[in-house]
Amino acid sequence: MSVERILEGLARREPAALARAITLVENQRDGFERVLSHAHGLLGRSGARRIGITGPPGAGKSTLTEALIQRFRAQGLSVGVVAVDPTSPFTGGALLGDRIRMESVSLDPQVFIRSMATRGAHGGLATTTEEVADLLEAFGFQRIIVETVGVGQTELDIARTAETTVLVLVPESGDGIQTLKAGVMEIADLYVVNKSDRAGADKLRQEVEVMLGIRRGNAFRHVAPHHAQPTRSDRRTGGSQQSDSWEPPVLATVASTGAGVDELAAALDRHHAYLEASGQLGERRRRRLADRTRAVLERGVRRWLVEATRAEELLRQRLDEVADGLRSPYDVAAEILDQVKTGVVK
Amino acid sequence: MPGSPLKRPIRVLVAKPGLDGHDRGAKVVAAALRDAGMEVIYTGLHQTPEMIAQAAIQEDVDVVGLSILSGAHLTLFPRVKQLLVEAGRDDVLVTGGGIIPPEDIDALRKQGIGRLFGPGTPTAELVKYIEEWAAEHVSA
Repeated sequence: MSVERILEGLARREPAALARAITLVENQRDGFERVLSHAHGLLGRSGARRIGITGPPGAGKSTLTEALIQRFRAQGLSVGVVAVDPTSPFTGGALLGDRIRMESVSLDPQVFIRSMATRGAHGGLATTTEEVADLLEAFGFQRIIVETVGVGQTELDIARTAETTVLVLVPESGDGIQTLKAGVMEIADLYVVNKSDRAGADKLRQEVEVMLGIRRGNAFRHVAPHHAQPTRSDRRTGGSQQSDSWEPPVLATVASTGAGVDELAAALDRHHAYLEASGQLGERRRRRLADRTRAVLERGVRRWLVEATRAEELLRQRLDEVADGLRSPYDVAAEILDQVKTGVVK
Repeated sequence: MPGSPLKRPIRVLVAKPGLDGHDRGAKVVAAALRDAGMEVIYTGLHQTPEMIAQAAIQEDVDVVGLSILSGAHLTLFPRVKQLLVEAGRDDVLVTGGGIIPPEDIDALRKQGIGRLFGPGTPTAELVKYIEEWAAEHVSA
Protein backbone atom coordinates (compact mmCIF):
# COMPACT_ATOMS: atom_id res chain seq x y z
CA MET A 1 0.00 0.00 0.00
CA SER A 2 1.52 3.31 -1.07
CA VAL A 3 1.68 6.35 1.19
CA GLU A 4 -0.94 8.07 -0.98
CA ARG A 5 -3.21 5.09 -0.71
CA ILE A 6 -2.75 5.04 3.08
CA LEU A 7 -3.58 8.73 3.40
CA GLU A 8 -6.69 8.27 1.24
CA GLY A 9 -7.72 5.26 3.30
CA LEU A 10 -7.23 7.20 6.52
CA ALA A 11 -9.40 10.01 5.19
CA ARG A 12 -12.10 7.43 4.49
CA ARG A 13 -11.54 5.97 7.97
CA GLU A 14 -10.67 2.48 6.74
CA PRO A 15 -9.30 0.31 9.57
CA ALA A 16 -7.03 -1.54 7.13
CA ALA A 17 -5.40 1.78 6.17
CA LEU A 18 -4.90 2.64 9.84
CA ALA A 19 -3.26 -0.75 10.38
CA ARG A 20 -1.02 -0.13 7.39
CA ALA A 21 -0.11 3.34 8.62
CA ILE A 22 0.90 1.89 11.98
CA THR A 23 3.12 -0.65 10.25
CA LEU A 24 4.71 2.10 8.18
CA VAL A 25 5.50 4.08 11.33
CA GLU A 26 6.66 1.05 13.26
CA ASN A 27 9.11 0.15 10.51
CA GLN A 28 10.00 3.76 9.68
CA ARG A 29 9.49 3.17 6.01
CA ASP A 30 9.64 5.94 3.42
CA GLY A 31 6.88 8.44 3.91
CA PHE A 32 6.16 7.61 7.53
CA GLU A 33 6.92 11.13 8.68
CA ARG A 34 4.53 12.49 6.08
CA VAL A 35 1.74 10.34 7.46
CA LEU A 36 2.61 11.41 11.01
CA SER A 37 2.79 15.06 10.09
CA HIS A 38 -0.65 14.76 8.54
CA ALA A 39 -1.97 12.96 11.62
CA HIS A 40 -0.53 15.62 13.89
CA GLY A 41 -2.78 18.20 12.29
CA LEU A 42 -5.81 16.15 13.33
CA LEU A 43 -4.92 15.78 17.01
CA GLY A 44 -6.92 17.33 19.80
CA ARG A 45 -10.21 17.46 17.94
CA SER A 46 -12.17 14.65 19.52
CA GLY A 47 -11.25 15.44 23.12
CA ALA A 48 -9.14 12.30 23.15
CA ARG A 49 -7.40 11.24 26.32
CA ARG A 50 -4.43 8.94 26.68
CA ILE A 51 -4.06 6.50 29.49
CA GLY A 52 -0.90 4.52 30.15
CA ILE A 53 -1.22 1.25 32.00
CA THR A 54 1.90 -0.40 33.32
CA GLY A 55 2.87 -2.93 35.95
CA PRO A 56 4.67 -6.23 36.43
CA PRO A 57 3.91 -9.26 34.23
CA GLY A 58 0.77 -11.05 35.29
CA ALA A 59 -0.67 -8.12 37.23
CA GLY A 60 -3.78 -8.18 35.09
CA LYS A 61 -3.09 -5.16 32.91
CA SER A 62 -4.75 -6.61 29.83
CA THR A 63 -7.79 -7.78 31.77
CA LEU A 64 -8.07 -4.36 33.36
CA THR A 65 -7.70 -2.79 29.93
CA GLU A 66 -10.57 -4.90 28.67
CA ALA A 67 -12.70 -3.84 31.62
CA LEU A 68 -11.89 -0.19 30.93
CA ILE A 69 -12.70 -0.61 27.23
CA GLN A 70 -16.11 -2.04 28.17
CA ARG A 71 -16.65 0.85 30.53
CA PHE A 72 -15.72 3.46 27.90
CA ARG A 73 -17.85 1.75 25.29
CA ALA A 74 -20.82 1.87 27.66
CA GLN A 75 -20.30 5.62 27.71
CA GLY A 76 -20.33 5.65 23.93
CA LEU A 77 -16.62 6.39 23.62
CA SER A 78 -14.48 4.74 20.95
CA VAL A 79 -11.23 3.17 22.13
CA GLY A 80 -7.83 2.57 20.56
CA VAL A 81 -5.34 0.31 22.32
CA VAL A 82 -1.60 -0.13 21.87
CA ALA A 83 -0.39 -3.20 23.74
CA VAL A 84 3.39 -3.50 23.99
CA ASP A 85 5.10 -6.79 24.79
CA PRO A 86 8.81 -7.55 24.87
CA THR A 87 10.89 -8.79 21.96
CA SER A 88 13.33 -11.59 22.68
CA PRO A 89 16.83 -10.12 22.76
CA PHE A 90 18.14 -13.44 21.43
CA THR A 91 15.92 -14.28 18.50
CA GLY A 92 14.23 -10.96 17.74
CA GLY A 93 10.91 -12.77 17.91
CA ALA A 94 8.00 -11.92 20.17
CA LEU A 95 4.82 -13.48 21.41
CA LEU A 96 2.12 -10.87 21.66
CA GLY A 97 -0.73 -12.26 23.72
CA ASP A 98 -2.59 -9.27 25.10
CA ARG A 99 -5.50 -9.72 22.72
CA ILE A 100 -6.49 -12.95 24.43
CA ARG A 101 -7.73 -10.93 27.40
CA MET A 102 -9.62 -8.47 25.25
CA GLU A 103 -11.78 -10.97 23.43
CA SER A 104 -15.12 -9.52 24.49
CA VAL A 105 -14.44 -6.30 22.61
CA SER A 106 -12.59 -7.76 19.65
CA LEU A 107 -15.51 -7.50 17.24
CA ASP A 108 -16.57 -3.99 18.17
CA PRO A 109 -15.83 -1.70 15.20
CA GLN A 110 -15.35 1.19 17.65
CA VAL A 111 -12.42 -0.62 19.24
CA PHE A 112 -9.02 -0.99 17.58
CA ILE A 113 -6.34 -3.05 19.25
CA ARG A 114 -2.77 -3.17 18.04
CA SER A 115 0.00 -5.28 19.55
CA MET A 116 3.56 -4.02 19.36
CA ALA A 117 6.83 -5.71 20.14
CA THR A 118 9.60 -3.70 21.77
CA ARG A 119 12.08 -4.73 19.05
CA GLY A 120 15.06 -3.65 21.11
CA ALA A 121 14.76 -0.08 19.91
CA HIS A 122 17.49 2.29 21.07
CA GLY A 123 15.29 4.19 23.45
CA GLY A 124 13.20 5.17 20.47
CA LEU A 125 10.35 2.90 21.40
CA ALA A 126 8.58 5.50 23.49
CA THR A 127 8.57 7.82 20.50
CA THR A 128 7.23 5.14 18.17
CA THR A 129 4.53 4.15 20.64
CA GLU A 130 3.48 7.76 21.01
CA GLU A 131 3.38 8.11 17.25
CA VAL A 132 1.15 5.05 16.97
CA ALA A 133 -1.09 6.60 19.63
CA ASP A 134 -1.16 9.76 17.48
CA LEU A 135 -2.40 7.74 14.53
CA LEU A 136 -5.16 6.24 16.67
CA GLU A 137 -6.18 9.66 17.94
CA ALA A 138 -6.09 11.21 14.49
CA PHE A 139 -8.29 8.37 13.27
CA GLY A 140 -10.87 9.58 15.80
CA PHE A 141 -10.57 7.28 18.79
CA GLN A 142 -11.60 9.11 21.94
CA ARG A 143 -9.75 7.06 24.50
CA ILE A 144 -6.29 5.72 23.82
CA ILE A 145 -4.90 3.09 26.16
CA VAL A 146 -1.21 2.26 26.02
CA GLU A 147 -0.47 -0.95 27.88
CA THR A 148 3.09 -1.98 28.63
CA VAL A 149 4.99 -4.31 30.91
CA GLY A 150 6.52 -2.06 33.53
CA VAL A 151 9.87 -3.63 34.09
CA GLY A 152 12.36 -1.13 32.83
CA GLN A 153 13.15 2.45 31.98
CA THR A 154 11.86 2.15 28.42
CA GLU A 155 8.51 0.92 29.59
CA LEU A 156 8.30 3.78 32.05
CA ASP A 157 9.05 6.21 29.25
CA ILE A 158 6.25 4.72 27.20
CA ALA A 159 3.79 4.94 30.04
CA ARG A 160 4.75 8.55 30.62
CA THR A 161 3.74 9.59 27.14
CA ALA A 162 0.15 9.25 28.36
CA GLU A 163 -1.63 12.02 30.20
CA THR A 164 -2.55 9.68 33.01
CA THR A 165 -0.37 6.78 34.07
CA VAL A 166 -1.84 3.86 35.98
CA LEU A 167 0.40 1.42 37.82
CA VAL A 168 -1.17 -1.98 38.41
CA LEU A 169 0.10 -4.07 41.30
CA VAL A 170 -1.04 -7.36 42.76
CA PRO A 171 -0.73 -8.76 46.26
CA GLU A 172 2.03 -10.98 44.92
CA SER A 173 4.01 -7.94 43.76
CA GLY A 174 6.04 -7.96 46.95
CA ASP A 175 6.16 -6.42 50.36
CA GLY A 176 6.49 -2.88 51.56
CA ILE A 177 10.14 -2.65 50.67
CA GLN A 178 9.34 -3.17 46.99
CA THR A 179 7.02 -0.22 47.18
CA LEU A 180 9.83 1.92 48.53
CA LYS A 181 12.09 1.21 45.61
CA ALA A 182 12.63 3.95 43.10
CA GLY A 183 11.43 3.99 39.56
CA VAL A 184 8.19 2.37 38.73
CA MET A 185 6.52 3.42 41.95
CA GLU A 186 7.23 7.07 41.37
CA ILE A 187 5.68 7.62 38.03
CA ALA A 188 2.04 6.78 38.47
CA ASP A 189 -0.90 9.15 38.78
CA LEU A 190 -3.12 6.30 39.93
CA TYR A 191 -2.23 3.10 41.76
CA VAL A 192 -4.34 0.01 41.39
CA VAL A 193 -4.09 -3.07 43.55
CA ASN A 194 -5.66 -5.63 41.24
CA LYS A 195 -6.79 -9.12 42.25
CA SER A 196 -7.77 -7.40 45.45
CA ASP A 197 -9.88 -10.37 46.51
CA ARG A 198 -6.67 -12.20 47.28
CA ALA A 199 -4.91 -12.36 50.58
CA GLY A 200 -2.52 -9.52 51.24
CA ALA A 201 -4.32 -6.98 49.06
CA ASP A 202 -5.33 -4.67 51.88
CA LYS A 203 -1.85 -4.79 53.32
CA LEU A 204 -0.27 -3.92 49.99
CA ARG A 205 -2.72 -1.11 49.48
CA GLN A 206 -1.88 0.25 52.89
CA GLU A 207 1.83 -0.04 52.24
CA VAL A 208 1.55 1.80 48.95
CA GLU A 209 -0.39 4.54 50.69
CA VAL A 210 2.25 4.80 53.38
CA MET A 211 4.99 4.88 50.76
CA LEU A 212 3.22 7.68 48.91
CA GLY A 213 2.82 9.46 52.24
CA ILE A 214 6.50 9.12 53.04
CA ARG A 215 7.36 10.67 49.73
CA ARG A 216 5.10 13.58 50.50
CA GLY A 217 6.42 13.79 54.02
CA ASN A 218 3.11 13.17 55.71
CA ALA A 219 3.08 9.44 56.21
CA PHE A 220 1.22 9.57 59.46
CA ARG A 221 -1.40 12.05 58.49
CA HIS A 222 -4.08 9.42 58.48
CA VAL A 223 -3.13 7.96 61.81
CA ALA A 224 -5.58 9.40 64.23
CA PRO A 225 -4.36 10.78 67.53
CA HIS A 226 -5.28 8.56 70.45
CA HIS A 227 -8.81 8.98 71.73
CA ALA A 228 -9.68 11.29 68.93
CA GLN A 229 -12.18 10.74 66.19
CA PRO A 230 -10.58 8.64 63.48
CA THR A 231 -9.96 10.76 60.43
CA ARG A 232 -10.11 9.10 57.14
CA SER A 233 -9.82 11.82 54.60
CA ASP A 234 -11.01 11.83 51.05
CA ARG A 235 -7.57 11.04 49.83
CA ARG A 236 -8.63 7.70 48.52
CA THR A 237 -11.14 9.30 46.26
CA GLY A 238 -8.26 10.67 44.31
CA GLY A 239 -6.80 14.05 44.98
CA SER A 240 -8.34 16.60 47.20
CA GLN A 241 -10.04 19.56 45.68
CA GLN A 242 -8.65 22.13 48.05
CA SER A 243 -4.99 21.36 47.49
CA ASP A 244 -3.49 22.13 44.12
CA SER A 245 -1.27 19.07 44.04
CA TRP A 246 -2.49 15.66 42.97
CA GLU A 247 -2.38 12.94 45.56
CA PRO A 248 -2.33 9.64 43.70
CA PRO A 249 -5.16 7.45 44.95
CA VAL A 250 -4.62 3.76 45.63
CA LEU A 251 -7.58 1.83 44.25
CA ALA A 252 -8.62 -1.80 44.60
CA THR A 253 -9.94 -3.77 41.64
CA VAL A 254 -10.76 -7.30 40.59
CA ALA A 255 -10.46 -6.83 36.86
CA SER A 256 -11.82 -10.27 36.02
CA THR A 257 -15.15 -9.50 37.73
CA GLY A 258 -15.17 -5.79 37.03
CA ALA A 259 -15.13 -4.88 40.71
CA GLY A 260 -13.65 -1.43 41.29
CA VAL A 261 -13.50 -0.56 37.60
CA ASP A 262 -16.15 2.14 37.92
CA GLU A 263 -14.09 3.75 40.66
CA LEU A 264 -10.99 3.52 38.46
CA ALA A 265 -12.81 5.18 35.56
CA ALA A 266 -14.03 7.89 37.92
CA ALA A 267 -10.49 8.44 39.21
CA LEU A 268 -9.26 8.76 35.62
CA ASP A 269 -11.86 11.45 35.03
CA ARG A 270 -10.85 13.23 38.20
CA HIS A 271 -7.20 13.16 37.24
CA HIS A 272 -8.00 14.60 33.86
CA ALA A 273 -10.12 17.33 35.43
CA TYR A 274 -7.24 18.08 37.79
CA LEU A 275 -4.77 18.33 34.90
CA GLU A 276 -7.11 20.67 33.12
CA ALA A 277 -7.88 22.87 36.11
CA SER A 278 -4.27 23.15 37.22
CA GLY A 279 -3.03 24.03 33.78
CA GLN A 280 -0.82 20.96 33.76
CA LEU A 281 -2.53 19.51 30.74
CA GLY A 282 -1.20 22.32 28.61
CA GLU A 283 2.18 22.22 30.32
CA ARG A 284 2.58 18.49 29.86
CA ARG A 285 1.50 18.82 26.26
CA ARG A 286 4.13 21.48 25.58
CA ARG A 287 6.78 19.35 27.23
CA ARG A 288 5.76 16.31 25.20
CA LEU A 289 5.83 18.31 21.99
CA ALA A 290 9.32 19.57 22.77
CA ASP A 291 10.44 16.03 23.61
CA ARG A 292 8.90 14.75 20.43
CA THR A 293 10.58 17.34 18.26
CA ARG A 294 13.92 16.52 19.85
CA ALA A 295 13.36 12.79 19.37
CA VAL A 296 12.42 13.21 15.71
CA LEU A 297 15.45 15.43 15.20
CA GLU A 298 17.73 12.88 16.85
CA ARG A 299 16.25 10.09 14.78
CA GLY A 300 16.80 12.15 11.65
CA VAL A 301 20.39 12.92 12.58
CA ARG A 302 21.12 9.27 13.28
CA ARG A 303 19.59 8.31 9.97
CA TRP A 304 21.56 10.96 8.16
CA LEU A 305 24.73 9.86 9.90
CA VAL A 306 24.28 6.35 8.60
CA GLU A 307 22.85 7.09 5.17
CA ALA A 308 24.43 10.32 4.02
CA THR A 309 27.83 10.20 5.64
CA ARG A 310 30.54 7.58 5.55
CA ALA A 311 30.66 7.34 9.32
CA GLU A 312 29.96 3.60 9.37
CA GLU A 313 32.55 2.93 6.71
CA LEU A 314 35.13 4.94 8.61
CA LEU A 315 34.32 3.02 11.76
CA ARG A 316 34.90 -0.26 9.94
CA GLN A 317 38.26 0.98 8.72
CA ARG A 318 39.37 1.96 12.21
CA LEU A 319 37.91 -0.99 14.07
CA ASP A 320 41.06 -3.11 13.79
CA GLU A 321 43.11 -0.38 15.43
CA VAL A 322 40.57 -0.10 18.24
CA ALA A 323 40.45 -3.86 18.68
CA ASP A 324 44.23 -4.03 18.81
CA GLY A 325 44.29 -1.39 21.49
CA LEU A 326 46.09 1.17 19.34
CA ARG A 327 43.28 3.68 19.63
CA SER A 328 40.32 4.14 21.90
CA PRO A 329 36.68 4.28 20.80
CA TYR A 330 36.72 7.90 21.96
CA ASP A 331 39.57 8.89 19.65
CA VAL A 332 37.90 7.26 16.69
CA ALA A 333 34.48 8.75 17.46
CA ALA A 334 36.07 12.20 17.79
CA GLU A 335 37.86 11.74 14.49
CA ILE A 336 34.68 10.67 12.71
CA LEU A 337 32.72 13.53 14.22
CA ASP A 338 35.39 16.02 13.16
CA GLN A 339 35.28 14.74 9.63
CA VAL A 340 31.50 14.74 9.50
CA LYS A 341 31.45 18.33 10.80
CA THR A 342 33.99 19.57 8.31
CA GLY A 343 32.24 17.73 5.53
CA VAL A 344 35.14 15.43 4.69
CA VAL A 345 33.06 12.27 4.98
CA LYS A 346 29.93 13.86 3.63
CA MET B 1 18.70 -0.03 13.15
CA PRO B 2 18.48 3.62 12.34
CA GLY B 3 18.87 4.46 8.74
CA SER B 4 19.23 1.33 6.74
CA PRO B 5 15.77 -0.09 6.16
CA LEU B 6 15.58 -2.58 8.97
CA LYS B 7 14.66 -6.06 8.05
CA ARG B 8 11.37 -6.18 9.82
CA PRO B 9 10.08 -9.30 11.52
CA ILE B 10 7.39 -11.34 9.81
CA ARG B 11 4.09 -10.88 11.65
CA VAL B 12 1.92 -13.94 12.13
CA LEU B 13 -1.47 -14.35 13.76
CA VAL B 14 -1.93 -17.75 15.38
CA ALA B 15 -5.52 -18.55 16.19
CA LYS B 16 -7.75 -21.45 17.03
CA PRO B 17 -11.16 -21.14 15.47
CA GLY B 18 -14.08 -23.36 16.32
CA LEU B 19 -15.12 -25.30 19.31
CA ASP B 20 -12.43 -27.81 20.14
CA GLY B 21 -10.32 -26.94 23.14
CA HIS B 22 -7.01 -28.45 22.18
CA ASP B 23 -4.55 -25.60 21.91
CA ARG B 24 -1.27 -27.36 22.64
CA GLY B 25 -0.44 -27.52 18.94
CA ALA B 26 -1.20 -23.84 18.40
CA LYS B 27 1.00 -22.94 21.35
CA VAL B 28 3.87 -25.08 20.13
CA VAL B 29 3.63 -23.44 16.71
CA ALA B 30 3.41 -19.94 18.23
CA ALA B 31 6.53 -20.57 20.31
CA ALA B 32 8.43 -22.03 17.34
CA LEU B 33 7.62 -19.04 15.14
CA ARG B 34 8.62 -16.66 17.92
CA ASP B 35 11.90 -18.50 18.32
CA ALA B 36 12.43 -18.14 14.58
CA GLY B 37 12.37 -14.37 15.04
CA MET B 38 8.77 -13.69 14.06
CA GLU B 39 6.26 -11.52 15.85
CA VAL B 40 3.43 -13.82 16.79
CA ILE B 41 0.06 -12.49 17.83
CA TYR B 42 -1.63 -15.28 19.72
CA THR B 43 -5.38 -14.95 20.14
CA GLY B 44 -6.23 -18.18 21.86
CA LEU B 45 -9.18 -20.55 21.74
CA HIS B 46 -12.71 -20.43 20.35
CA GLN B 47 -12.24 -17.66 17.83
CA THR B 48 -14.84 -16.98 15.18
CA PRO B 49 -13.65 -16.29 11.63
CA GLU B 50 -14.85 -12.70 12.09
CA MET B 51 -12.71 -12.25 15.18
CA ILE B 52 -9.70 -13.74 13.42
CA ALA B 53 -10.09 -11.55 10.34
CA GLN B 54 -10.62 -8.43 12.45
CA ALA B 55 -7.49 -9.16 14.49
CA ALA B 56 -5.46 -9.93 11.35
CA ILE B 57 -6.47 -6.61 9.80
CA GLN B 58 -5.81 -4.51 12.91
CA GLU B 59 -2.49 -6.23 13.54
CA ASP B 60 -1.54 -5.93 9.86
CA VAL B 61 -0.11 -9.43 9.79
CA ASP B 62 1.53 -11.11 6.83
CA VAL B 63 0.35 -14.59 7.73
CA VAL B 64 -2.65 -16.12 9.49
CA GLY B 65 -2.05 -19.59 10.93
CA LEU B 66 -5.09 -21.55 12.02
CA SER B 67 -5.13 -24.71 14.07
CA ILE B 68 -8.24 -26.76 13.48
CA LEU B 69 -8.87 -30.15 15.03
CA SER B 70 -12.64 -30.08 14.97
CA GLY B 71 -13.22 -31.19 11.40
CA ALA B 72 -14.69 -27.85 10.39
CA HIS B 73 -11.68 -26.91 8.27
CA LEU B 74 -13.61 -26.84 4.98
CA THR B 75 -15.79 -24.07 6.40
CA LEU B 76 -13.36 -22.15 8.59
CA PHE B 77 -10.32 -21.71 6.34
CA PRO B 78 -12.28 -20.35 3.34
CA ARG B 79 -14.40 -18.11 5.57
CA VAL B 80 -11.34 -16.43 7.11
CA LYS B 81 -9.79 -16.05 3.67
CA GLN B 82 -13.03 -14.57 2.29
CA LEU B 83 -13.31 -12.02 5.11
CA LEU B 84 -9.71 -10.93 4.54
CA VAL B 85 -10.29 -10.56 0.81
CA GLU B 86 -13.42 -8.51 1.47
CA ALA B 87 -11.37 -6.19 3.65
CA GLY B 88 -8.87 -5.72 0.84
CA ARG B 89 -6.29 -8.02 2.36
CA ASP B 90 -6.02 -10.69 -0.31
CA ASP B 91 -2.25 -10.52 0.22
CA VAL B 92 -2.38 -12.31 3.58
CA LEU B 93 -1.28 -15.95 3.58
CA VAL B 94 -3.83 -18.19 5.28
CA THR B 95 -2.17 -21.40 6.35
CA GLY B 96 -2.42 -23.78 9.27
CA GLY B 97 -2.72 -27.31 10.41
CA GLY B 98 -4.69 -29.96 12.20
CA ILE B 99 -6.38 -33.20 11.34
CA ILE B 100 -7.12 -32.61 7.69
CA PRO B 101 -7.54 -35.36 5.06
CA PRO B 102 -5.35 -34.99 1.93
CA GLU B 103 -8.32 -34.53 -0.40
CA ASP B 104 -9.55 -31.64 1.75
CA ILE B 105 -6.10 -30.08 1.62
CA ASP B 106 -6.30 -30.14 -2.16
CA ALA B 107 -9.77 -28.63 -2.11
CA LEU B 108 -8.64 -25.84 0.22
CA ARG B 109 -5.52 -25.22 -1.84
CA LYS B 110 -7.80 -24.54 -4.82
CA GLN B 111 -9.59 -21.91 -2.73
CA GLY B 112 -6.41 -19.97 -2.11
CA ILE B 113 -5.39 -21.49 1.20
CA GLY B 114 -1.68 -22.09 1.71
CA ARG B 115 0.03 -25.28 2.80
CA LEU B 116 -1.59 -27.20 5.63
CA PHE B 117 0.41 -29.27 8.07
CA GLY B 118 -0.60 -32.45 9.83
CA PRO B 119 0.28 -33.76 13.25
CA GLY B 120 3.93 -34.55 13.80
CA THR B 121 5.25 -31.99 11.34
CA PRO B 122 8.63 -30.72 12.57
CA THR B 123 8.21 -27.04 13.42
CA ALA B 124 11.28 -26.25 11.32
CA GLU B 125 9.24 -27.20 8.27
CA LEU B 126 6.56 -24.58 8.81
CA VAL B 127 9.12 -21.96 9.79
CA LYS B 128 10.85 -22.62 6.48
CA TYR B 129 7.57 -22.50 4.58
CA ILE B 130 6.59 -19.13 6.07
CA GLU B 131 10.06 -17.67 5.62
CA GLU B 132 10.18 -18.70 1.98
CA TRP B 133 6.69 -17.43 1.35
CA ALA B 134 7.53 -14.09 3.00
CA ALA B 135 10.77 -13.73 1.06
CA GLU B 136 8.76 -13.97 -2.12
CA HIS B 137 5.59 -12.07 -1.23
CA VAL B 138 6.31 -9.56 1.53
CA SER B 139 7.81 -6.27 0.47
CA ALA B 140 10.36 -4.91 2.92
